[in-house]
Amino acid sequence: MFYRESGDFSETYPADSQTFPIKFDRYRYYAVLVVAFLIIPFIVNDYWANAILVPFLIYAIAAIGLNILVGYCGQVSLGTGGFMAVGAYACYKLMTAFPDVSIMFHIFISGGITAAVVTLFGLPSLRIKGFYLAVATLAAQFFLVWLFNRVAWFYNYSASGQINAPDRAVFGHLVTGPNTDAWAKYMICLVFLTFAGIVARNLTRGSLGRKWSAIRDMDIAAEIIGVNPLSAKLSAFAISGFFIGISGALFFSVYLGAVEVGEAFGIQKSFLVLFMIIIGGLGSVFGSFAGAAFMVLLPVLLKNVLVGGLGWDTALAAHLEFIIVGALIIVFLIAEPHGLAQLWRVAKEKLRLWPFPH
Amino acid sequence: MKRLATVTVAAVMAAAPVMADLVFPSLSYRTGAYAAGGIPFADGYADYMTLLNERDGGIGGVMTRILECETGYNTEKGVECYEATKGEGSLVYQPLSTGITYQLIPKVTADNIPMHTMGYGRTSAANGKVFSNVFNYPANYWNGASLVVNHLLDLNGGDIKGKKVHLVYHNSGYGKEPIRTFEELAKKHGFELTLLAVDHPGQEQKSQWLQIRRERPDYVTMWGWGVMNAVAIQEAANIKFPMENFIGVWWSGSENAVLPAGDGAHGYKAITFHNVGSDFPVFGDLAKYVVDAGKAAGAGDQIGTAIYNRGFYAAMLAAEAVKNAQKIHGVADITPAMMRDGMEALEITEAVMTDLGMPNFGPSFKVTCENHGGPGTGAVAQWDATNKKWSLISDFSGSDMSVIQPLIDADSAAYAAENSMETRCN
Repeated sequence: MFYRESGDFSETYPADSQTFPIKFDRYRYYAVLVVAFLIIPFIVNDYWANAILVPFLIYAIAAIGLNILVGYCGQVSLGTGGFMAVGAYACYKLMTAFPDVSIMFHIFISGGITAAVVTLFGLPSLRIKGFYLAVATLAAQFFLVWLFNRVAWFYNYSASGQINAPDRAVFGHLVTGPNTDAWAKYMICLVFLTFAGIVARNLTRGSLGRKWSAIRDMDIAAEIIGVNPLSAKLSAFAISGFFIGISGALFFSVYLGAVEVGEAFGIQKSFLVLFMIIIGGLGSVFGSFAGAAFMVLLPVLLKNVLVGGLGWDTALAAHLEFIIVGALIIVFLIAEPHGLAQLWRVAKEKLRLWPFPH
Repeated sequence: MKRLATVTVAAVMAAAPVMADLVFPSLSYRTGAYAAGGIPFADGYADYMTLLNERDGGIGGVMTRILECETGYNTEKGVECYEATKGEGSLVYQPLSTGITYQLIPKVTADNIPMHTMGYGRTSAANGKVFSNVFNYPANYWNGASLVVNHLLDLNGGDIKGKKVHLVYHNSGYGKEPIRTFEELAKKHGFELTLLAVDHPGQEQKSQWLQIRRERPDYVTMWGWGVMNAVAIQEAANIKFPMENFIGVWWSGSENAVLPAGDGAHGYKAITFHNVGSDFPVFGDLAKYVVDAGKAAGAGDQIGTAIYNRGFYAAMLAAEAVKNAQKIHGVADITPAMMRDGMEALEITEAVMTDLGMPNFGPSFKVTCENHGGPGTGAVAQWDATNKKWSLISDFSGSDMSVIQPLIDADSAAYAAENSMETRCN
């Protein structure tokens, strides 16, 4: 009834092959952009920005990055936490070494540095696959955390090994440090997420994305039809690393402001981002958003309902939170093994026919 | 209609006085690998505030309110908790986590809320010239490191040249903080320092203790927290390391660190900056007004344990700072900014502590604008596994400030330079 494409004609090839060919979808996308860019910045407060929106946006960038690697190219990675740490430490070193350069460049360059590191750790993927590759990336995770803990140069020889983000501004507005306004934090993350989302969406439906999918579905067949596994796999590692690096840089500089590598970028983080894309949906940009939202928002929502709303004991609420989130993950995956993105796809199909199903 | 209006007005009138309260956020962790330390501290902190409400009707006539928020020792949840509680008039933050402390230092300074990190956090926050809103009286990690070395000097008649000392530390900001001080002290006193890092959460320490067994150090000292403490003490007992040569920092000196090892832990030592046990008059009041009334926080089974006492002591210092702030500003319902002034002018004397029913519980000290770190005194406590209790085996004594002060000045100067800050108190 609401959701149908009848009467929605494409008259040109670009119109037919655009990201959202259905008018309703397209308008919804514009509406989301309008709300995100023009409404939320004016109403967001410190709590919403720091506790909910900024982590959601940053994890969504990381999830898009990992989804390119795992969901589109089929290369399992357990090194996300370590790769985010590369972005964070690169950003820290750049921020302290070149204080006059805009942080926007620093974040981009951190993404580039991470891309290089991830590509290096992606080299084994040319020889090993599946679980064995997962173990190789796990080694990267532990190696990188060890490296940033061990080599004092990375944390500028501070006593505790913590890195702290100094104040930096974009167009005269602070975006890092304690005096940052809520909207500025939110906006810088949103700009990077929008960039990541648009780039990822267009890459994955272009020739590069098709090569990745071919490698994922059957690498020997892909090679036979002329896909070069070297360039396809390494480009997936590099682009995935670029986004993960950006998310790590934002995570450190904008969100937390001070991190300690073992605590912030441990193996937990790798699993968290992997769960996001599994729950959200492998091989789907929307799935990355949905998964990040699920894993970031649900615990906060539960905490606020149980402790703030019902006045329960904090420890009891924390334990229950684990149980409920865990149970929901199982329920979702049993109901729809392909994640929230597939649920959304099915819902769309049903809505097209509603209220007159076959 | 008129009746409805009356009811509404009455309800508003009844609700209004509740607004005036002194809010103490408690960023606790009752879950996760560090809950063994988080629970007793949070219980002690909450119980003291409950005692003040029940016995004295609050502080200066204003009731206290504990606002608990579970962090799980996780910095991201710590941020969420800070943002969720800061708007409620939170007077002072005590996150009990070095990671969260580092994160909150710039934030509390920007929001002008004080933070008290007693015996943890960023050691150089003792320099009030740079850190306006952060306090770490009465002692910090570097005092702790010096106190350990002082104890070794006492045991050896003042000469520990050539002795081998191993430091088993939690591989995080918390564990790394004392290393620089130990290195300086090793240079000064000529002992050999070996560093053994234990990764989060600290359950896996076989290789570190194998190394200790092979290298046979004269002394082992530990900067551990949570489950790491109990595992280390168990491992030390397993390799039959002489327990009286094993000295932990105050965070490694709790009951739940030594109890799992049973008799094997007998003789284990830990430094402490406050007294141990429940043999103080205030605990009588606590039993009467809080425990017997069924108002004890948590399970109520932690009273008198080392870390419970620390939470209790932290709450006492916070309450005294509130009294001080009320006196300075002449207002009963103080703001966080007034609380900061109260903390900066805090003076704890033996008479004050005796009045509170806590004679000789902690050191006498005076906080000044320059010195937020207190005197840095401490004593050594030893575990008696047969009677299952800690007892002090030394007097409270000072630490080697000739080594620590330059380190504090250097580190805080680096922070000030990094953030291009002006120094205060000039």
